[in-house]
Amino acid sequence: MSHRLKPDQYLVLFAVMICAPLGDSCLKRGMTLQPPITLNHPAALIAAIFTPWIALGIALLIGFFASYLAALSWADLTFVLPATAFGNVIIELISYFWLHEHVSWQRWLGVFLITAAVGFVAQGPSLTTHPTQVSAQPPTPARTASEAS
Amino acid sequence: MTGPFAATGPLAATGMIAAIVLASTAGEVLIAGAMKSLGDLDDIRAHSGIPGAIRAVLTCPRFFAGVFFLALAFFSLLFALNHLTLSLVGPASASLTVITNSVAAKLFLKENVDRRRWTAAALICVGVYLLAH
Repeated sequence: MSHRLKPDQYLVLFAVMICAPLGDSCLKRGMTLQPPITLNHPAALIAAIFTPWIALGIALLIGFFASYLAALSWADLTFVLPATAFGNVIIELISYFWLHEHVSWQRWLGVFLITAAVGFVAQGPSLTTHPTQVSAQPPTPARTASEAS
Repeated sequence: MTGPFAATGPLAATGMIAAIVLASTAGEVLIAGAMKSLGDLDDIRAHSGIPGAIRAVLTCPRFFAGVFFLALAFFSLLFALNHLTLSLVGPASASLTVITNSVAAKLFLKENVDRRRWTAAALICVGVYLLAH
């Protein structure tokens, strides 16, 4: 069984890719604006949640989480993981094409390796099928007919 | 003091990153197991609508165990970002989590982590490292 993805499932994986890096960037910007927080004052971490940048970051990460849950319901964890790593590539592409930042050849090599990793995994099956799952499936009409003969 | 470790030392930085990686791996494996036990959410949504899909997820105890560990990872990330640079915390936690998740998926979820997926995990590790430098 190949377990190839449907077009809407690729859309879910795209949401996994795009929401996580944007959410993390918002969190970093929000936490940079906070004073240093120590373990002696853990309540300061809770208060930080209600600041605008961190709230936006959390909203984006909720979108990521919903897409991630949907993806995990029809694909293996090790199939979905490269999609999350591809978020790093998206950040590099935004830096180069939108922010016109310099991207070194080492970074382009990193982009190439992660893209290759996504390509590797995408060529394979999305879901592991265990022998018990296969034997639990009802017989197809063709198989039933051949067994009857 | 400047640099990726900012006001803390390498040992404390390693501890912060390890806390993120371990909590994140535990959370993701528990949630992946919970989602597999529920089946395809698209099918559940087709039969019971979005409320039915949400109900199916929220009535799964293993899901909440996973959320607990992901919340732990999230607050560990916030704490680490307050002391370390994103260019250290992001790539280090992301690349290590790929490896620990692959190992945990093979051990606990019995996923078929074949040579193709191990290769992909290794490429992602090196790729994330290069992006950070």
